[in-house]
Amino acid sequence: MATTPSPHPAPAPSRPRRTLRRLPGHLLRSVLALAFAFPIVFMLISSFKPDQQIFADLGSIRAFLPVGDLSLNNYTAVFDRVPAARFLINSIVISAVTVVLGIVVNSLAAFALSRMRWPGRKALLMLIIATLIVPFETFALPLVWWVNKLPWLELHGFQLALTEGWLDTYRVQILPFVANAFSIFLFHQYFQSIPKELDEAARIDGASWFGIYRRIIMPLSGPAVATVAILTFLPMWNSYLWPLMVVQDENLRPVMVGIQYFFQLNVSWGQIMAYSSLITVPVLALFLAFQRSFINSIASSGVKG
Amino acid sequence: MRSNARRLAGTSVAILTAAAVLAGCASGSTGSGSGADADTLTLWTHNAGNADEYKVVQKVVDDFNASQSKYKVKIQAFPQGSYNDAVVAAAAAKKLPCILDADGPNVPNWAWGGYLAPLDLSGSETAVADQLPSTVGTYNDKLYSFGHYDVALTMFARKSVLQEHNIRIPTLDKPWTKDEFDAALATLKAGGKFEQPLEMGTGGSGEWWPYAYSPQLQSFGGDLIDRSDYKSAKDALDGPEAVAWATWFRSLVTKGYMAQKGGASPNDDFLNGKSAIEWDGSWDAAKNAAKLGDDLAILPPVDLGKGPKIGGASWQWGMSNTCSNKAGAQEYLKFSRKTQYFVDFAKATGTIPATAGAAAQIPGYQPGGPYEIFSQSARKFAVVRPVTPAYPFISSVYEKTAKDILAGADPQKTLSQAADQIDSNLKTNNYYAG
Amino acid sequence: MTTTHLQRARTRHPRNPQAAVRRRERLTAAGMVSPAVLLLLVFFVIPVVLAFALAFTNARLISPTPAHFVGLQNFKLLFQDPVFFRSLLNTFIFAAVVVPLQAGLALALALLVNTKVGGTNFFRTVYFIPVVTSMVVVSIVWTFLYQKTGLINHLINTLTFGHVHGPDWLNDPSTALPAIIFMSVWQGVGFHMVIWLSGLQTIPADLHEAAAIDGADRWAQFRYVTWPGLRATRTFVLITITIDALRLFTQVNVMTQGGPLDSTTTVVYQAVHAGYQQQQTAYASAISLVFFVIVLAVSLIQRFLTREKD
Repeated sequence: MATTPSPHPAPAPSRPRRTLRRLPGHLLRSVLALAFAFPIVFMLISSFKPDQQIFADLGSIRAFLPVGDLSLNNYTAVFDRVPAARFLINSIVISAVTVVLGIVVNSLAAFALSRMRWPGRKALLMLIIATLIVPFETFALPLVWWVNKLPWLELHGFQLALTEGWLDTYRVQILPFVANAFSIFLFHQYFQSIPKELDEAARIDGASWFGIYRRIIMPLSGPAVATVAILTFLPMWNSYLWPLMVVQDENLRPVMVGIQYFFQLNVSWGQIMAYSSLITVPVLALFLAFQRSFINSIASSGVKG
Repeated sequence: MRSNARRLAGTSVAILTAAAVLAGCASGSTGSGSGADADTLTLWTHNAGNADEYKVVQKVVDDFNASQSKYKVKIQAFPQGSYNDAVVAAAAAKKLPCILDADGPNVPNWAWGGYLAPLDLSGSETAVADQLPSTVGTYNDKLYSFGHYDVALTMFARKSVLQEHNIRIPTLDKPWTKDEFDAALATLKAGGKFEQPLEMGTGGSGEWWPYAYSPQLQSFGGDLIDRSDYKSAKDALDGPEAVAWATWFRSLVTKGYMAQKGGASPNDDFLNGKSAIEWDGSWDAAKNAAKLGDDLAILPPVDLGKGPKIGGASWQWGMSNTCSNKAGAQEYLKFSRKTQYFVDFAKATGTIPATAGAAAQIPGYQPGGPYEIFSQSARKFAVVRPVTPAYPFISSVYEKTAKDILAGADPQKTLSQAADQIDSNLKTNNYYAG
Repeated sequence: MTTTHLQRARTRHPRNPQAAVRRRERLTAAGMVSPAVLLLLVFFVIPVVLAFALAFTNARLISPTPAHFVGLQNFKLLFQDPVFFRSLLNTFIFAAVVVPLQAGLALALALLVNTKVGGTNFFRTVYFIPVVTSMVVVSIVWTFLYQKTGLINHLINTLTFGHVHGPDWLNDPSTALPAIIFMSVWQGVGFHMVIWLSGLQTIPADLHEAAAIDGADRWAQFRYVTWPGLRATRTFVLITITIDALRLFTQVNVMTQGGPLDSTTTVVYQAVHAGYQQQQTAYASAISLVFFVIVLAVSLIQRFLTREKD
């Protein structure tokens, strides 16, 4: 495989020749772009077509083109069948709150783990990372039983009341996912890359540890914050098994549970595609709006492993 | 990059503020079973995605709430595909609602597990004795549930297609025999109009599998379990009759009569002319009649040896054991047993009304009507799924086994393995004593 | 909360300023990690311990009788279960194929878009789109595409001018797992492409220039400059893909439910299936426990193999 390095550097090629030489690369990139985009495009386009036509168009390029009998019928049917607006609001609330709390809690922990000196911090970090290897599905059921036993303080007017059981609440969809090993790990990696001299200088100036965290480290950690925000947001938006088990009230359900509504007696692919588009487009829009920080921040997470 | 991150942060703060406001508006938790107000009863139904049936549930509840001032019933609806998981999770957390619906075959398991409480329905408008036997759920001689309707499996075909291929149209008194059925499929296949003449709904999953295909196993002479004492599946599930069923079932695929895994909408495929004969539930009858008119042939199930068989029992209503207001729950359940509601449910879902009185009021189900065949089938051919707490396990084993057989697994080996699994489960659970 | 600690530390140790500072640092650190640690304890450690404890009982999801201790019985049953071994095998096959495939393909994509020509941003974004789409949605859409008369087979047919008729992807024991593998790589490769990209950007450009001046061609540059420079990224990519691959569940649950003929069943799928559909809580916990041990072993081996040889 390996070629021997040639002793003479090649002369810089002229412009047209360079374009020619780049053509295969461009072609390859474009073909790949099609391969990555086509299922999503198909989903979006199909969501405007009646079922009959989705099947009829399968055999040709029409499957990807907004042609034929286009309408919003699938979407109106979706809103008839599913309280979609309510689901969307719930998912936004749950994901956003989890993201914000997650950033605070995990960055604080990572700060203490990476910038401060105390016995057992290495071991604790290893333990936290080790939690990553247990899939959530395998302990979801004991967790249901357990969150139902947890107490909670509720405010009734001016009275504090202790209640038991977390089922059917927003908090049960949020709090189990706030502390996240992967987020701690990402913050830890990022903080490691910030020079320690900054802390020392600040300490000499009499800054407290918390002050260093707030005024020096966090302002420098924009990419890490964005990464954690994104990597918390996506799974929260996509969560399915957990809300199914702990949320019985339709008013508190998130978007993914809604998919189940379409697999009853008669499956309508058009409606499924419409609902799928409906819950994918907000995330896609968010992604496209912030794609640069999205990608750059995720990029920053893999560095210095 | 930095400004982008700041924009992202700004947006998230804005969203969060909005979220907090909304969360403040959103209703908090709703206690079920042990609510703050003992006279508010929660009712769970699997009909979140079924607008028609859901409307009837809503009507019954509204009528009940208007009919008296003591109790108030509140509905929570779930999509069918995740309903059982939700019930099981809630039961594990002791959070079941007072009133809930259950798929008939699960009732024994839920009764045994202490989810459901026995019912006393005396004094309601309809007597339990007047219902189709398959619409009443009993376990250990106690009544735990009742349904407003049952469904019957049937075969839909087009008369014109059968006549064109010179195939005899079977009747309730003279159904197709196995040989006749096979010959009909061969003729249809050879006719070249249909790539796969038979549609049996093999694209479905879950309870549909034992519901749709275990009656065919029973028609061969096998069963899911030995019903004499419910202690073993041996012989019933892996005897020669069962192997004969499995061999025949697989042959439908190898001979190209049907798809190993059908489409997601088998009934639409039938209506679009993709298949000639469809094994389906009576719930599609009205839709098909509307579309095909007189050309629709509603056929009885095939007699595969031991007489035609179909599954019995559909969704039924029960009361949870943890209900803190059993009197109220029974009050509601009794109220829901008005003939009118039997009619409404059957009409909305295109199913068989559970009583003769209701049947008389539904066009098509009157004696001599086009749908009378369903009531007759339900009375003559229905076999309830094994009445044992082991049923959910049996169901999942059978589903997997039947799918494996269609995929080409060795019949004897697969069936024996399934029977062993069921027996081991029975033994491990001490034959569900208790 | 931290300030009270500080005050206490201050009042208690007026003499030894060095020790006081250290002590304060410890207390502050403890205060900072405690929210995360507390949450992890409540929502991770306790339920996991519960789950593992259940593996040694005969607990069921539904039962009128309380569970009691049965020792290793569940594990005995587990190791007699051919489907469990099939799940293990499938899980390892999936991981063994996906890890090199996704890591390699992601690196190739990263190199492909890591050029100075225009459009880099556009392509990067497009390759990343599947990553931000939910796996449930992706699985549903691909189930539709993979049908016997579905879009994929139409594409294959068109591209081969009608010579090749694609199989019934998800219903054929020999193609179901490959189909799921292909889709999973398609969905996840964009994420790791971005990770590789970041690694590439940490390699100083002058190294490449120096190599080019020395007459190294592209391959040699990759081999002697790029590849060594990606060492840290490599570890990260490997470990994250491996853990993800071993946890395969959603795709199987939506697309094939483990079939046909157990060709796509996986360990996590078995655990969930046994735990919910079959109500065998204790048995499912035993599967989870075995799975946990396996993943732990794999991770440790990987750690060992990719450790920094100082």
